[in-house]
Amino acid sequence: MAVALQESQSPGQLWQARLRRFVRWITTPHVILSIIMIVVMFYLVIIPLYRMVVTTITVSEMDLRMIQGVEIGDLTLYHWIRMLTGKIGQLMTYEPLVHSVTVALGATFLALAIGGLMAWLVCRTDIPGRETIHMLAQVPYIMPSWTIAMAWLVLFKNQKSGGTMGLLEFITGAPTPDWLAYGAFPIIVSSGLHYYTFFFLFISAALLSIDSCLEEAGELAGAGRWRIMRKITFPLVIPAIASGFIMTFSKAMGTFGGPNVLGLPIRYYTLSTMLKSNTGIGNNGDAFVTGIVLILFAMVTVMLNQKIVGTRKSYETIGGRGFMSKKVKLRNFKPIIVAGVVVFQFIIAVLPLVLLVVSSFMLRDGNYSLENFTLAHWLGKGDIKINSGEPGILRNPKVWMGAWNSIRLSILTALFTALSGVILGYAIVKGRGTRLSKIVEQMSFIPYVIPGIAFGAVYIAMFTKPVGPIPALYGTFALLVVVSVAKHLPFSARSGVSAMLQVGKELEEAASLAGATPWRRFVRIIFPLTSTGFVSGFLLTFISTMRELSLIILLVTPTTAVLASMTMRYIENGNDQQANAVIILLIVLVMIGNFIISRFRGGSLKKGLGM
Amino acid sequence: METPIIVKNLTKKFGDVVAVNDVSITIEPHEFLTLLGPSGCGKTTLLRCIAGLEDPDDGEIYIGDKLIYSHVKGISVPPGQRELGMVFQNYALWPHMTVYKNMTFALEIQKLSKEEMDRRVKESLEEVKMSGYEDRYPREMSGGQQQRIALARMLAYRPRVFLMDEPLSNLDARLRMDMRTELKRLHHISDATTLYVTHDQLEAMTMSSKIAVMKLGVIQQLDTPDKVYHFPGNLFVADFIGNPKINLMPGWVSRQDLVDMGKFNIPVKTYNKRGDVVVGLRPEDIIVHDTPTDNTVEFTAYSVLPSGADTTIIAHMGDTELIIKEMGVSKIQMDQKIWLSFKQDAINLYDKETEDLIQS
Repeated sequence: MAVALQESQSPGQLWQARLRRFVRWITTPHVILSIIMIVVMFYLVIIPLYRMVVTTITVSEMDLRMIQGVEIGDLTLYHWIRMLTGKIGQLMTYEPLVHSVTVALGATFLALAIGGLMAWLVCRTDIPGRETIHMLAQVPYIMPSWTIAMAWLVLFKNQKSGGTMGLLEFITGAPTPDWLAYGAFPIIVSSGLHYYTFFFLFISAALLSIDSCLEEAGELAGAGRWRIMRKITFPLVIPAIASGFIMTFSKAMGTFGGPNVLGLPIRYYTLSTMLKSNTGIGNNGDAFVTGIVLILFAMVTVMLNQKIVGTRKSYETIGGRGFMSKKVKLRNFKPIIVAGVVVFQFIIAVLPLVLLVVSSFMLRDGNYSLENFTLAHWLGKGDIKINSGEPGILRNPKVWMGAWNSIRLSILTALFTALSGVILGYAIVKGRGTRLSKIVEQMSFIPYVIPGIAFGAVYIAMFTKPVGPIPALYGTFALLVVVSVAKHLPFSARSGVSAMLQVGKELEEAASLAGATPWRRFVRIIFPLTSTGFVSGFLLTFISTMRELSLIILLVTPTTAVLASMTMRYIENGNDQQANAVIILLIVLVMIGNFIISRFRGGSLKKGLGM
Repeated sequence: METPIIVKNLTKKFGDVVAVNDVSITIEPHEFLTLLGPSGCGKTTLLRCIAGLEDPDDGEIYIGDKLIYSHVKGISVPPGQRELGMVFQNYALWPHMTVYKNMTFALEIQKLSKEEMDRRVKESLEEVKMSGYEDRYPREMSGGQQQRIALARMLAYRPRVFLMDEPLSNLDARLRMDMRTELKRLHHISDATTLYVTHDQLEAMTMSSKIAVMKLGVIQQLDTPDKVYHFPGNLFVADFIGNPKINLMPGWVSRQDLVDMGKFNIPVKTYNKRGDVVVGLRPEDIIVHDTPTDNTVEFTAYSVLPSGADTTIIAHMGDTELIIKEMGVSKIQMDQKIWLSFKQDAINLYDKETEDLIQS
């Protein structure tokens, strides 16, 4: 029958029918949105990566002095050979690589150990004050990642850095050893203490969602508590551990703040600080080699991790009612454990802030006598003898501009991220099972495995010159927004998808049977049902952008500086107290944002992490 | 309104899986046609293709005299312009809208006047016995009530065709019985062409004017419930329909009116076909005697399962097992010897090769 119909058509009609079918396909809302997003992501992710690679193998103006007999634009392996071989390779690539991996692995495992233990205590034992522990465990999330590193300096620095001493040296009188003050050990500890929150949240969510029947069945089979934990519980939380691992490792690899604060005084370079120092002197060819090494290394680790755990499991949490009737009794250990947790959380959540605040009131660093306390760093008019004449931060127009930049960057990023979340979620969920949807989903995932500072570096490569319809953005505020939105794509895609999945597809189908246009379906059905999710997503992006440093450190200029980058500049100039004051200001602003989150129904940290 | 649905050579694939395979079916005006089959047989996909929620890969669909889908002509009318109403399995009531808003959503798009909308909402709610629920939100109602609202939403739209995708499967057994009564009543009054999808044969048998049994994307038999039950078109339909299950036994037609079952013979109507067959015999078409008479076969009662209204007896002879249904409470005891005779008119023979019903 169909065959007969086909034969009766003339070639013209056949083409017309094909055209109609194509137009119908291409005008389906999720197809249009998918195509738009693919184009956008191609611009934001693929082209910059490509340009970065090209820069490393092309002769630039700067290279003319170094290489003989070439012209600008020629192909060259000069940068790769220079960076990967000989003494320079050793100093600029291999050593920082070893440092980066050491620091990232160390921090990740430390975070895993602390986060896992805390999650187990909160979810599986009769420890009191569960809610409070849970709440305090989220505090590091609202602090910039290098807060603890700065507090570490206040406590442990020796006279190597700026000639002033930390609190410990002041008390004991003996110089703090370098290994305790700077380098791998403090970087690992300060980042591990910061990142444990991810593991805590991921693992406790997984523990709570394990159907208790699974463990009860083990108990009925005669397995002891330890065996149940090893054979049943642990394998079930492995996916959560893997998610936490990817997230933490990739963040730790690309982090700039901690290594900059604690590594530079003893020239302990990681790939991220090396990248910064090379772009600082304008040697993009060399810098991008470092960036590519960093990206490759992070990607390989993520892939290995996926392979070991199994790709499919790593992003699924286990369904089931999270109810555990029996808790492990801590018995006599209870007071000790509770005391341990309290002290630990105090050290992480409270002590750093106290140290920073105290330090910001000290006129001269390292002098702990009472007459040294002053408000100069906050309210001072700018004395040439203090801080090279910089006024107190609350009177400093540069700080106010930085604060304003931070806020508007965060708001714009959150806005565009929420928007792209809606679009990505819709395009991916409605197209489920099609190749187009898979491409969109996979493309949106790429920024996830690119460490923050390398992602920033990618954008130097891209936007120093105009590309297609996009003007040269380097040095503009718009570039900061673009890079922040692009880096958030994986999160917006995930939260968009989970929000969209909550709206059963029948709800939209029922509306389309009622004759509603795509726009009307979106405004009347989809948006109202997903809006709470997007509100919390918006505010969480706001917070994470406020305290983002690694991503934008390579892209800020004096006029586009944000609070986060200003802390680094003050530290580099030796104005530690002002840096500390700025970071306090930043944390206060973030806390205000966090307060606003809790006002909104359904807004929580967990949702923002896409769990 | 005379609104048939005509489906011609419809095919829908999901990747390599052919969900609907070259299906042609006509749903006559005023008919209540049920698509019945096990899960994965393509019944819901066929319904969704007609609704316009899936884009088929080939074929044509007409509603009334309007061509709403044609692959070769590249035509596909958007779902909202097909004038169909649909009840979804999970009702698909919009959780953020009241009953009234749910019901008037489509009417607003049609730009009806406020008075007309109020009138339709009132009438439709009355029809499903839910008057006074206009301001409730879906989550404030029980599953059965939500079901009725979903129905009322469809009625308020006044569609030319009703589509229902397993609308009763989320209800408990008792409520399901009530809703079957109401749905059949509703169809009786409205007289709208109705396409109903279910895997529950009782729903299909009790409500439909016609049943299309589907398997692997192909319609196996399209007939009245009575015909589907008493003359299943092939072994799949015979086996799928009926509870307790039909008895299917291999046999060999030795004479025109006799099937050789190995240990015994069954007299049948006259057939022209000879050779290997499968005998299909409904449990209620076997008569149990407690003493031997002419043309009976000796079996042993392996298990006796009374349910009040009737009794199911499992009878054994060697490795041959028969399921028998007797009305009322049976006197037969377990392990008792029984003698069986078969209602000659009720016996269906199937070709062992093609598995199709052999016409007498």
